[in-house]
Amino acid sequence: MKKNDYRFMAGTLVLALAGWAGSHFLLSEKGTEIIVSRNGKQIGAYSLSENQRLTFSDDEGRRNVLVIQEGRAYMEAADCPDGLCVKHKAISDRGESIICLPHRLSAEVSGGSEGTDAVVR
Amino acid sequence: MSLLKQKGHVAGKGHGTDMRKKTAFMGLFLAFALVLSYIESLVPVSLGIPGVKLGLANLAVLLALYVYGWREALLLNLMRVLLSGFLFGSLFMAMYSMAGALCSFSAMCLLKRTGRFSLTGVSMAGGVFHNVGQLLTAFFVLKAPGVVFYLPVLLAAGIGAGFLMGRLSEEVIKYIRRARE
Repeated sequence: MKKNDYRFMAGTLVLALAGWAGSHFLLSEKGTEIIVSRNGKQIGAYSLSENQRLTFSDDEGRRNVLVIQEGRAYMEAADCPDGLCVKHKAISDRGESIICLPHRLSAEVSGGSEGTDAVVR
Repeated sequence: MSLLKQKGHVAGKGHGTDMRKKTAFMGLFLAFALVLSYIESLVPVSLGIPGVKLGLANLAVLLALYVYGWREALLLNLMRVLLSGFLFGSLFMAMYSMAGALCSFSAMCLLKRTGRFSLTGVSMAGGVFHNVGQLLTAFFVLKAPGVVFYLPVLLAAGIGAGFLMGRLSEEVIKYIRRARE
């Protein structure tokens, strides 16, 4: 490896560490609700303090099952080809999200100190 | 077979034995890349974050880039993404991985051109920019700003995977160069 390789490696890792530390320590805050969107359009908002099991289907019948349990949300099941969203760890901090790219579905934690403007069912 | 002939026709400039040898090698590279894609789809490396993977198939792309050049490597890359998309995934996922592949490939070519980076450095840039490309695609498809939270992990993962694939390529390329002589 050359000098520039090490520079690139170190630079990227420092950037990654700074980003991680920044989001982990500065922004780490429990959210209060979870916003579910498809194609970037919000399709629902659900309180994190309420245990529930939610099913989302699109026009073509593609399904995602989101579970909210003890203030955390995770994807219990999905019929997408890769299933990456199901493997994703449970989310609870503001800004964290689970995305299911094949179904263009995203679930993002929001709320916290800002409070909520509206709860849409 | 017709595929191999076409590849040689598009990519090759040489004649006679050289050309035939190159056609055979390009076919081997493509088969190699597809086998690697398949292995990768069998062994999902999951850290609870989508998009973290080894990028085994980039091994074949790197080898083509260093043994031949960017045109051959680009062709190989496009064929690989399309074919593995049809074989092991969906068309949508192929589009998604195409974004990563092209972003990664551009970064690798640029870095290689400067001549200031070794194969491993080029490979690390490929890993990082593959993830950046996919993240950008996810951002535009989902319009979810939340995906930027994945960036730190994806940057580090890109370096790690790129480093491994780069070192591996450096070892493998010695044997390929010998075999071509």
